[in-house]
Amino acid sequence: MIQETRIVLKNAGKIDPENIDDYLKAGGYEGLRKALSMRPVEVIDELLEAGLRGRGGAGFSTGMKQRFTSESCLRCPQRYVVVNADEGEPGTFKDRVIMEQDPHLYLEGTIIAAWAIQATKGYIYLRGEYTDSIKKTKKAIEDAYERGYLGKNIMGSDFSFDVEIRLGAGSYLCGEELTMLESLEGKRGTPRIKPPFPAEKGLFSMPTLVNNVETLANAPLILSKGKAWYQGIGTKRSHGTKIFTISGQVNKPGHYELPMGVTLEDLIGLAGGMRGGRPFKAALLGGAAGTFVDSSMLKERMTYDNLKEKGATLGSGAVIIMAAEDSVEQILHNCLRFFRHESCGKCVPCRTGTTILVKRSEQLLSGHSDRKTLVQQMLRESEMMAATSLCPLGQSPILPLKSAARYFLEH
Amino acid sequence: MSTQELIRQFDPGQDNLLNILHALQNTHPQNYLTEEALEETARYLKMTKAAVFGVAGYYSMFSLKPRGRHVIRICISPVCEIMKVNSMIPVIEGVLGIKTGETTNDGLFTLETAECLGQCQEAPSMMINDKVFNNLSEEKIREVITRIRSKKS
Repeated sequence: MIQETRIVLKNAGKIDPENIDDYLKAGGYEGLRKALSMRPVEVIDELLEAGLRGRGGAGFSTGMKQRFTSESCLRCPQRYVVVNADEGEPGTFKDRVIMEQDPHLYLEGTIIAAWAIQATKGYIYLRGEYTDSIKKTKKAIEDAYERGYLGKNIMGSDFSFDVEIRLGAGSYLCGEELTMLESLEGKRGTPRIKPPFPAEKGLFSMPTLVNNVETLANAPLILSKGKAWYQGIGTKRSHGTKIFTISGQVNKPGHYELPMGVTLEDLIGLAGGMRGGRPFKAALLGGAAGTFVDSSMLKERMTYDNLKEKGATLGSGAVIIMAAEDSVEQILHNCLRFFRHESCGKCVPCRTGTTILVKRSEQLLSGHSDRKTLVQQMLRESEMMAATSLCPLGQSPILPLKSAARYFLEH
Repeated sequence: MSTQELIRQFDPGQDNLLNILHALQNTHPQNYLTEEALEETARYLKMTKAAVFGVAGYYSMFSLKPRGRHVIRICISPVCEIMKVNSMIPVIEGVLGIKTGETTNDGLFTLETAECLGQCQEAPSMMINDKVFNNLSEEKIREVITRIRSKKS
């Protein structure tokens, strides 16, 4: 039986998240102290060489993202750090756990990121429904200001940085970085055309680094313990840990932090096995914008690259387990309905496509006579959407659809 | 506190729009954004009325129509569906005597659905205003709603 490797969650449940002294006793703000003793470019190199990749779902190199942001538009008067705390992918609650149980950790990571790219202003775009995360983050920010980890001359250095919370208001799409910037500017949450990427032209047209909560929570640990330590966790190509959130038909649903490279079977075992001994049928990996897999994937290593090679996704780390009694068609329908609800309407293929997919899916559920043709039509529709939509929302329905078709619908 | 005083607690930057709308809605007993409040916000942030109304109408947490004092948002995401939320919705509708999307005659409750609330470890889940209720069962739903009703009287 595998064990959890708690690095990001090392304090979770052990310290009082609203007491900064608890955090300091557990080695808090040591990563920031280290970062401030280094040149910004050295901090970026450290994160780059450690191999930290974005934990929001895309898996892009965090160091590269920071480098692009720090090197673009050197004459711009302002640079921003935006924390993506708008967790909304179905089945995902890893960021909520960090924010509720150890808010200083990701705040420290945010300040380190600000130093790395030389930003003086940051925003935490926090999901409006996450009442407790909002409360804990507010308290952490207040205390960090009081102790000189935020504000002017942080820890006696020349570096100054301010951060504020901005609340999301129930739009899944705002978790997408460019849409988040629109929303932060006080607009409807619709995506922007990229390029330009946020690194060049982000919030208020200034270079902007958008990083996920879990990603930032890794930064203080890498700084204080060093890249070699971090590289020793996980696999050769995917370093560090991932917080998986396992839900559905398991005995102990919850959050589990594990080194990159564990198998789906390991995860289910750690979550207490299948609920009441029910037979395994399917897992939906990465949420609605994720992929269904069947039992043939139980022994595959869960890394960004390996899952990608196998046509699956790691995404946000959501693992939704389904048992024999559950209907893949029904859950696929739920995902498609979700996309229809969350489509912003800007791109016609997505606006109409998400509606068409729900209609076809209803036909599938009501026992359409020619399933094969229907599924083919749905696949074609989602391919067209993926090719012609601006943002990941229109590009996503193909993920659950194609994987469901491959493993379940076409049999 | 008047609407104007409430709005003026925020800096007049457009990036504060969503925070202001949350504050306005949360302090209104009927949990919605009034036309006057939106107009006041537009003036304060130097935005057009159309832009502010457009934002208020876009985000699913905001309502432009009066709602109950307690807004129930039940999660209908894939995990909650696997955990049988579909059998809980008729229970709530029955206890409240309304359909999803409606408000009770006494103005106490509005029932809505929500996308994933991120409480999947204890699904099925719902929120009532800013409070989360997990591991929903028929019994728990009855108990929670009865408790809120009795507080009123």
